[in-house]
Amino acid sequence: MVMGSLAQETEIAIIGGGPGGYVAAIRAADLGREVTLIEQREQLGGVCLTEGCIPSKTLINAVDLIYTARQAKRFGLNFGEAQIELDKLRQWTSSVVSVLTKGVAGLLKNRGVEVIKGRARFTGPNELALEQSDVGSIKFRHAVIATGSRINELPEAYDLPVWTSADALTLPEIPQRLLVVGGGYIGLELGLVYAGLGSRVTMVQFFPHLLMGADQDLVAVVVKNCEKRFEAIKVESKVTGLEKSSSGFVAQIEHLGETTRHEFDRVLVAVGRKPNTDTIGLDILGLSPDNHGKLEVTEEGRTSIPHIYAIGDITPGPMLAHKASREAKVVAEVIAEQKSGFDNRAIPAVVFTDPELAWAGLTEVEAEKTGRKVQIGRFPLTALGRARTMGRTDGMVKIISDPETKLVLGVGMVGPHVSELIAEGTLAIEMGATLEDLMVTIHPHPTLSEAIMEAAEVAAGQPVHINPARK
Amino acid sequence: MYEFILPDLGEGIHEGEVLKWFVRPGDTIGEDDPLVEVETDKAAVTIPSPRGGKVVSVQGKVGDTINVGDVIATIDDGSGAAAVAPPPREAKAHTRVETPASCPVAEAAGMKVRPKTAGPVPAAPATRRLAREMGIDLKHVPPSGPARRVTADDVKNFATGKSAGAAAAPRAEKTEKIDRQAEAEFAAHAASAIPLLDIEPLPDFSEFGPVDKEQLRSIRRKVARKMVTSMILIPHVAHMDEADVTELEEFRKREKQRREGRPGGHLTLLAFVVKAVTAGLRAAPRFNASLDPFKEEIIYKKYYNIGIAVDSGKGLVVPVIKETDRKSIIDIAANIEDLATRGREGKLEVADMRGGTFTITNVGVLGGTGMMPTINYPEVAILGMGGVQEKPVVRDGQIVIRKMLPLTLAFDHRIADGADAARFVGEMVRQLSDPNLLLLET
Ligand SMILES: Cc1cc2nc3c(=O)[nH]c(=O)nc-3n(C[C@H](O)[C@H](O)[C@H](O)COP(=O)(O)OP(=O)(O)OC[C@H]3O[C@@H](n4cnc5c(N)ncnc54)[C@H](O)[C@@H]3O)c2cc1C
Repeated sequence: MVMGSLAQETEIAIIGGGPGGYVAAIRAADLGREVTLIEQREQLGGVCLTEGCIPSKTLINAVDLIYTARQAKRFGLNFGEAQIELDKLRQWTSSVVSVLTKGVAGLLKNRGVEVIKGRARFTGPNELALEQSDVGSIKFRHAVIATGSRINELPEAYDLPVWTSADALTLPEIPQRLLVVGGGYIGLELGLVYAGLGSRVTMVQFFPHLLMGADQDLVAVVVKNCEKRFEAIKVESKVTGLEKSSSGFVAQIEHLGETTRHEFDRVLVAVGRKPNTDTIGLDILGLSPDNHGKLEVTEEGRTSIPHIYAIGDITPGPMLAHKASREAKVVAEVIAEQKSGFDNRAIPAVVFTDPELAWAGLTEVEAEKTGRKVQIGRFPLTALGRARTMGRTDGMVKIISDPETKLVLGVGMVGPHVSELIAEGTLAIEMGATLEDLMVTIHPHPTLSEAIMEAAEVAAGQPVHINPARK
Repeated sequence: MYEFILPDLGEGIHEGEVLKWFVRPGDTIGEDDPLVEVETDKAAVTIPSPRGGKVVSVQGKVGDTINVGDVIATIDDGSGAAAVAPPPREAKAHTRVETPASCPVAEAAGMKVRPKTAGPVPAAPATRRLAREMGIDLKHVPPSGPARRVTADDVKNFATGKSAGAAAAPRAEKTEKIDRQAEAEFAAHAASAIPLLDIEPLPDFSEFGPVDKEQLRSIRRKVARKMVTSMILIPHVAHMDEADVTELEEFRKREKQRREGRPGGHLTLLAFVVKAVTAGLRAAPRFNASLDPFKEEIIYKKYYNIGIAVDSGKGLVVPVIKETDRKSIIDIAANIEDLATRGREGKLEVADMRGGTFTITNVGVLGGTGMMPTINYPEVAILGMGGVQEKPVVRDGQIVIRKMLPLTLAFDHRIADGADAARFVGEMVRQLSDPNLLLLET
């Protein structure tokens, strides 16, 4: 800003203001570093705050109330059918987003992080050029790439007014018939939101299961509920053609070689995300992403150029906000010359379906794939007092342990509020806890958390509330 | 008879140099007693004997290279015929990611070791952090916790050499190295290739007394860069003169009193100087130019934007008064007031700093009789104003007391010469000495 120049200099340039970028900025600033954060959007917070985690969970929470109220009929409480005021629901969602993004802006400001609006691209190993910005270029000593990911497009839907997850989250309307393409967590979460608001939802999944990557015994519980709420779930199916029709869309859906035509009012495409590594000038640095567009990094978060770091959705591993934030803290600490590294044992994954699904660490699928011997304890919520009191016994907790050392290797769960419970499982894995550690820790009664203790007991062969396996 | 094969030393090390044998053939050795010290490219490792007995032979003199898998010692442990122990090679099958959970050296030596489990060593995150800070690889630390969990105490004991295997553990120094490399690269990037320019690392000043450190940051660093660029690139020449501003000051103070409170009413001498400079620049366009050394061309600017160096509290900033040729002195005074206020409050915007063609620095208001200013690159000249002082001067053979304003013009000798500067400054001095001329001629 001095002497009439538009070229700026900073110690650390962070590209992207998502849960990766903004957290790195705050941590680095708190460690006494000079930080400039570059974000192309008006709002800070990245995909997570503006069109991901936060708006989706706001809607899911609201829609869950509809289901809960319906269920209450069983308890003798009749609320009638929900009157949906779409405008208010939209306002509510955007007010939640707005409070949080402003909060992020405030945190950055208070930490003395300079936030520059603009689109950054590398022009050299120590320089970025900015577009759509008041600032022309930024010189830096260290750069953190936190550019996140964007929505994958469906070739069949090019140029058609289909919805992306970002569109769907703005609640443009409640279509009567909604086709959801993609049976991953985003498709499922949003499918359930629209089903709850009254749409008849058809889900098409290319793979043989929904939520590939999760253990299918857990997924089955979710699928069972989705089957009730969705019009149809078509696995091993593919949308091979999509056309605009007078009333909406006509989709050709192929299943095991057979093609059928179906009409929908709206189509939501949720077929994954791709890392934003292709438009930021990495070629100039000589950095090349892998086949999936991801940038390999060291434990310290460095790319093959030691003073350029990458975090979040653009690095290998699950595309999740909390992974981005942990990586962010690591790189900030490394840049501040602290000894730090991403050596986490488990990145919890949560799916906010109804019931919720969550896991951390080793899954059964992985154990099978790698031929690793494990001891598994499953505890069904049907045997849990708290689940009974809630009228929600659809679920279980399972603990995967080492048969010899009893080390907790993985935790998986499905049921109400397991998004909150998974943290205990994650901590257990991080701490190197054994089944014993979980078993002797007193869990409050009656709570869902007892299921973790019980599942550990099952794994250790000492269950109380279910019958032990006969020897 | 037991034939001891040099075990895998871990981390892809295949060979080592014999530093020292702790025994000679004929000696008796106990189980776990040190046998040989081997230097790898990572560390010196003491290898204990896995068996007790009488040393029959050792292979490899001090300084020799021995390979993993070679028989390095034969020990008579009373077990009869020589049975070659299978080389403990398993560890090698593991990839880097799935680091074996045991220390291969210790294992080969028959020490208590963990069975191999895939995946990382169990340890709490805080323990991992501690190990990282101490540069210790967890997989070498003997665990004391359940499920072979490494505790914080295990790490500390290992570090202080209280636990077995401590000496053999290579320390992780990789991160340090990378850091320094990045630093060096940055320095190399920043340094230019000027012959004989010799920038040496600074001595450690704290050897001589206490010091404080502050990072070169934001404006301060920007100023530093600008100044170095300017000083290295521009052959500076300074031309000095004094203007008799007695009449001008009288006029200014009178007008200031009348106008105080109104826009531009805070009439400063600087506003008049800006006007005089503008007139000077019109007459001498070389001082309102820039030299492009790559294209070897002089760019004459047909507009007059005068930058004013302002102490912003955070450092030096130079907001610009635009189109001073089209503004009255009152307008200019109003502009200066606005920019100075915003400068002090740190509220100047990028646009306020852009487009300057000439800079004035008015350090004189803070004291001092004169200075040698540094040109605001890529401009051609900068005018430094000293403080106005009453001085005895000679007028018509008489010593009289006059108010004198010292002026220093530093200019780029590539574009202008001493004579140009003398004319430019002389003209300015003439105008500042007579308010009427400013009125008439600017
Ligand atoms: C519908 C949906 C629901 C989700 N739900 C969850 C959930 O429940 N839990 C969870 O953990 N994760 C969830 N995610 C994933 C989560 O949003 C991402 O993992 C997370 O946002 C990644 O953070 P990031 O910092 O890597 O990138 P992003 O959040 O994508 O942020 C990157 C930022 O960089 C900016 N940017 C990109 N390129 C440039 C450039 N060249 N110059 C300047 N700025 C640039 C972008 O504008 C963006 O703001 C969800 C995602 C979606 C789409």
